[in-house]
Amino acid sequence: MYNIGRSMIRKDAIEKVTGTAKYTADLITADSLHAKLVTSPFAHALVKKIDISAASRITGVQAILTGKEAHTLTGEQIKDRPILAVDRVRYNGEPVAVVIADTLAIAKRAADLIKVSYTPLPVVHSPSQAYQEDAPLVHENLGQYEKIADVYPIPGTNICNVTKIRKGNMEQGWNASAVTAETKISFPPSDHCAIETRSVSAEVLPDGHIIIYSSSQVPFTIKKLFNNIFGIDQGRMTVHTPLVGGAYGGKSAVQLEFIAYLASRAVGGQKVQLTNSREEDFITSPVHIGLDAWVKLGADKNGILQAAEMIFLFDGGAYSDKAVDMSRAAATNCTGPYHIDNVRCDSLCLYTNHPYATSFRGFSHPELTLAIERTLEVLAEKLAMDPVELRGKNAIRPGNTSPTQVVLNESKIGNTRKCIERVAELIDWDEGDRIEVSPHVIRAKGISCFWKNSNIDTNAGSGAILTFNADGTVNLNCGVIEIGTGSRSVLAQIAAERLKIDAQQVFIKMDIDTSVTPEHWKTVASRGLWMAGRAVLAACDDAVCQLKDTASQALRVPREDLDISGGYVFVKNEPKRRLAFKELAYGYVYPNGNAVGGQVIGRGYYTLTGMTFLDPETGKGVPGPDWTVGAQAVEVEWNACDFTYRILRAATVIDAGTIINPELARGQVRGGMHMGLSFASREGFVFDKNGVVLNNQFRTYKVLRYGENPHYTVDFVVTPSRETAYGLRGIGEHAVIGMPAALANSLSRAAGVPLNQLPLTPELIWRAKSGDQV
Amino acid sequence: MSMKYNRIPVTLKVNRQTKNADIRTADTLLDVLRENFGLTGSKPGCLNGDCGSCTVLIDGCPMKSCIMLGLEAAGREIVTVEGLRGSPVQRAFIENNAFQCGYCTPGFIMNIEGLIRKHPDADDAVIEEWLQSNICRCTSYQEIKAAVYAVLGKETREDHK
Repeated sequence: MYNIGRSMIRKDAIEKVTGTAKYTADLITADSLHAKLVTSPFAHALVKKIDISAASRITGVQAILTGKEAHTLTGEQIKDRPILAVDRVRYNGEPVAVVIADTLAIAKRAADLIKVSYTPLPVVHSPSQAYQEDAPLVHENLGQYEKIADVYPIPGTNICNVTKIRKGNMEQGWNASAVTAETKISFPPSDHCAIETRSVSAEVLPDGHIIIYSSSQVPFTIKKLFNNIFGIDQGRMTVHTPLVGGAYGGKSAVQLEFIAYLASRAVGGQKVQLTNSREEDFITSPVHIGLDAWVKLGADKNGILQAAEMIFLFDGGAYSDKAVDMSRAAATNCTGPYHIDNVRCDSLCLYTNHPYATSFRGFSHPELTLAIERTLEVLAEKLAMDPVELRGKNAIRPGNTSPTQVVLNESKIGNTRKCIERVAELIDWDEGDRIEVSPHVIRAKGISCFWKNSNIDTNAGSGAILTFNADGTVNLNCGVIEIGTGSRSVLAQIAAERLKIDAQQVFIKMDIDTSVTPEHWKTVASRGLWMAGRAVLAACDDAVCQLKDTASQALRVPREDLDISGGYVFVKNEPKRRLAFKELAYGYVYPNGNAVGGQVIGRGYYTLTGMTFLDPETGKGVPGPDWTVGAQAVEVEWNACDFTYRILRAATVIDAGTIINPELARGQVRGGMHMGLSFASREGFVFDKNGVVLNNQFRTYKVLRYGENPHYTVDFVVTPSRETAYGLRGIGEHAVIGMPAALANSLSRAAGVPLNQLPLTPELIWRAKSGDQV
Repeated sequence: MSMKYNRIPVTLKVNRQTKNADIRTADTLLDVLRENFGLTGSKPGCLNGDCGSCTVLIDGCPMKSCIMLGLEAAGREIVTVEGLRGSPVQRAFIENNAFQCGYCTPGFIMNIEGLIRKHPDADDAVIEEWLQSNICRCTSYQEIKAAVYAVLGKETREDHK
């Protein structure tokens, strides 16, 4: 093996440091018109009147659309969201109109002149409020919406999905519990904050072919949704996705594409460009989900977990989008990576009048993990047991069952316990988890564990095509989007390994064209290398067969007697009898000119196997192929005078299976940790009493900046998967998951008060210390 | 109602080339670079100076091109990321895995180009003050720090690499 385990430079490196890398909004052409949205200043209101007269009189305005022309309902799970608001707005920032004009400046000027009259309605401010029987209804017609089968909304309420986990016998579990602990946690919606705001262009060619460019994680889904919603033949549509400037789940929602398409249609098919302003990207497009949760855990006197019960109330916001799936995913892994025989979980997705939620890195796991891990801390205290020991004792392992009753083996579950042991070493847990450096300065540590499976469509899959060049080099074509993870470069490494050539000889372009690129379901759920890796192996094997077929004719030996190495096909028994790939890649030519074979074109695909829908009453089922597990720790230095703190260091040990590219893997893990700490320490929307978002810019919504980060340490445990290419595991999301909990645990220990809300600001700690309810 | 925008001719010196454009007085330097000259390496991220992804050098100093008018840049020496070719900062970014999606990268690189010109002996505090004007959402900043240190010839912690 000479391509696996090597930190090769990613293939998009030079274009990214030279400014030649092209993202969606960089591809604007001179024939483009520009669209600008008009959005709702209210969180919940009736739209009484939209006056576009002044705006339409502006020279250069080509069309204006409102909900009257764009009322079609969309939504991947539940079709509850009109393309533009009709009669009613349900969140601050919701699009109510779009202006299409010659220039962006004209479009903006006209958008400012559109007068919309609203009648405010009562606002649903939180999932807990939404859950109350007397709460105002966000969707009065919930029962009439079209939906897919495995989503369970309750018409007449704000509940847009219910997932139940019923495992074991709760009575037995509580009876066996000598100690119980309960915790409530809560945090508001927040944002992904990709530095590239979402951007699309749409064009309808004279023959009806639709061309979309989108900064998206899901170009193939865009095609399917256009087919489903507008009845467009999938062959009559091409979605291009160039490099994506950060996504983190936020670009797995389809929203602006619909608006841009209708905008283009309104101007005779001309190309229309629609790019979010930062303010729109914060609230108009979907956000990171909020959660109110309650957890109760029970353990026997030795600290062995016996029972777990939890209620998750997810803040899906005004429309369901992917939030309903996220609430289901949370239920499937509701315990965290711990073995518990008796589990009862109700995970609900609630409509509120907040900006609507979509996938966020970790897909509801950073959220549920805060609830579980905070409760474990309380339990450890009550048991007077070391928190590391408690976690180690209960860490899930082969032979145990998951909350959805999947029987685990080593390949499926990896080694959580080893991760816990190693992370405790890295953070020097034994030196003490709370040290008073001076009367007012306290250093404290916190730990947490994580696990995550994929929870994607049961038949999700991926395809790959390899075409050989005449010189024996290879072009790899597959549908994983380059959102920053480097997956496409690593897939080239995997192909090179299988073909036994150098990775420099495998070429891969970074842009996707859905008309010619084999589908990768969605670039989400840490399934890029997982699924596409398998597809690439299959394509390589197919190509090698073709090379050997041609070589067996030229060398006059059976195919079985041939092998490959270093760019040659050789006779196993006489390695000197060999032909270079370049002599075979376009067919072999005999000395007299005769030719056999032809261009080598390998194809491969992979579809997840053995996935099932969940039983609606018990949750029993298979939500994904395997879990990536790990343990994380944080050390903080907290100032008891002013309640401020610094995060000194953070460590993650992740069972990543075989590491294909160590440096890229470490980068993914560090980046995930950093995003988790930024989220936990300072991010979250602030709403006024009318549900209006007060912080929709980086100067008011503050993310971690250079130097505010701690030192990050990453280490790996290697339990190879038996299903993936070379034993790799998904790692894109996982390092986010335990960070909020680890930070909350460390600060709670430092301040000596339970901290169960996010973001963990000094003010929050001060309020908790002074007994003020937040 | 008609909208009249005054367009005026301007001559800008960008990446050692002299370029002419007719621009609106309200056009930012970022608009002019991207729309008039096709220099899309400078990225819009916030359009109010918060994120730094549009940073360019003006007479050797980093400037967020979204909060400078195109007109103001006349007569100044403008360098965008496209004006760099194989600079030590670019190499250090590659060698230290200091980017993922790459969107904020040109802004960071231009800011660091300015930093090393002005403060070749920058200490941690100076580096931090300068680099806090940019946001990266993919990396942990540890990689960017390693890149800056490499360029300035400083040591970084190398544990568990």
